[in-house]
Amino acid sequence: MLKIEHVFKTFNTGTVNEKKALTDLNLELQDGDFATIIGSNGAGKSTMFNAIAGSFYTDSGFIELDGEDITFTPEHTRSRYIGRLFQDPLMGTAPHMTIEENLSVAYLRASEHKRGLFSHVSKSERDKFREHLSLLDMGLEDRMNHPVGLLSGGQRQALTLLMATMVTPKLLLLDEHTAALDPSTAAKVLDLTKKIIEENHISCLMVTHNMNQALELGNRTLMMNNGNIVFDVKGEERSHMTIKDLLDKFEENAGKALNNDRILLSTKEGV
Amino acid sequence: MTGFLTAGIIRTALEVGLIYSLVALSLFISYSILNICDLSTDGCYTLGCAVGAIVTIAGHPFLAIPAAMLAGICSGYVTALLQTKFGVQSILAGIIVNTGLYTVNLAVMGFSSNVSIFGTDTIFSIFKDLNSSGFWKDWCNLILLAVIVASVCLLIKWFLGTTLGLSIRATGDSPAMVRASSINPIFTITVGLCFSNALTGLAGCLIGQYNKTCDINLGTGMVTIALASLVIGETLLGKGRMIFRIIGMVVGSCLYRFIISIALRLNVPTEAFKLVSAVIVAIAIAAPRAKQIIAFKHKQITAMQERKSMRGDKANA
Repeated sequence: MLKIEHVFKTFNTGTVNEKKALTDLNLELQDGDFATIIGSNGAGKSTMFNAIAGSFYTDSGFIELDGEDITFTPEHTRSRYIGRLFQDPLMGTAPHMTIEENLSVAYLRASEHKRGLFSHVSKSERDKFREHLSLLDMGLEDRMNHPVGLLSGGQRQALTLLMATMVTPKLLLLDEHTAALDPSTAAKVLDLTKKIIEENHISCLMVTHNMNQALELGNRTLMMNNGNIVFDVKGEERSHMTIKDLLDKFEENAGKALNNDRILLSTKEGV
Repeated sequence: MTGFLTAGIIRTALEVGLIYSLVALSLFISYSILNICDLSTDGCYTLGCAVGAIVTIAGHPFLAIPAAMLAGICSGYVTALLQTKFGVQSILAGIIVNTGLYTVNLAVMGFSSNVSIFGTDTIFSIFKDLNSSGFWKDWCNLILLAVIVASVCLLIKWFLGTTLGLSIRATGDSPAMVRASSINPIFTITVGLCFSNALTGLAGCLIGQYNKTCDINLGTGMVTIALASLVIGETLLGKGRMIFRIIGMVVGSCLYRFIISIALRLNVPTEAFKLVSAVIVAIAIAAPRAKQIIAFKHKQITAMQERKSMRGDKANA
């Protein structure tokens, strides 16, 4: 469903700060695939997400979503089919707008409902929002008229998740979306994520620095290094893998040890 | 009180305040909602006045209103085009358009720096002729302006609640969210700036018909005045519900005109007016922060005293 072919991206070309962020990146994601991504610092994980979401156009190569070439599709058109969560919980929502207004903006992605530019939030939509909010089990459905800026980081991230998936996206991009939350909230948001992805059969890419998550969640694990995917495992082989195997594989394929401090820290903790 | 501020002075302050409130509302949309500092306001205000004056002289005082608003929309469109498509910084885009508008305004006024519309019907004179009672003659301008401003306020309130309005608010509030939610920021910024500049054009048209004259330097310092009204309004009525924020703009700009009227009554020379305006803006913007500093100092001093007295108690025990 998602196909990335020979994608290159270099930043600050021709200057001392030149950075080859993506080098001949190739990836094919099947329908319903839920792949976790780990990699060293600066391996190009977020850059790959930006390329898929259309934050910039790639230097060369092609990106296809559901058989449609989206290499030069503008970001706001792609976001109709691609849901996205950032690590910073403050990024996905508008703090001075109410929960209802935020949801209403997110609901714009529902192109099949083609609402007019001058329509207001209708009663049925409000009920729908309330119903969705109650699924989060955070009591937000009774605070629809509160500005989002008053919510906690976890609540805001859960709301962002809801906003990204209320209209089922073809692809969901999660960029360490629980990393900035405290452990119990992170666990809750992660559970919600799993539930929503399973119920709606959303194809998903998720960056994580937690090796356990990388192996447990989803059906596929990708490892990135130097703007490239160096290791791709799924199915039988993946189910037998341990964190140590994963680290060894990385070393074998990337020619060096994994140097993401946060990954190593989370491995040492033995979580 | 009646000796110091006569009914006439209060009325004039309210009338001009209402016209200025349209510029404050314009800045409310560009500055508070879209988070863009649109410095083309000065020129756009004069543009509205010039276009309005010319169409009024041609004998169409009512047509002057949509014409001036359309001129405002064009100016807003150019400002938006520069900063969205061509990546000019928003402040710079405003300044560039403002500079260009000076010549455009002169051209509209037939390359004369002053146009007078005495002897022609204006919307105010037409409205005045509806009734011949003394009360009506005194208050008709204020009533007409109140109706216009009230409808504009309702229009803005309605607009910001629509799908498009919400997208515009989101664009100013969270650029990252907008990118992730299928809103085209180029479109929303353009619509927002066109809408806001239409209001500036409307204000210019009304002040032209009100004063029966248009001067090329009419708009100079308008941004500062509107910003002052905006800050006064936000300080007084807060940043809570949208309708209060909108009303705050009107209250703020009427209040600003009152302050100016009082300054006039105190015989502050007209040459000093720009300075007075600037001081008022500075005070209005600095006031909330000054209040915080004073509150903190107060807290600090009481805490220190408390600590001193506690130490004293210990020493005594």
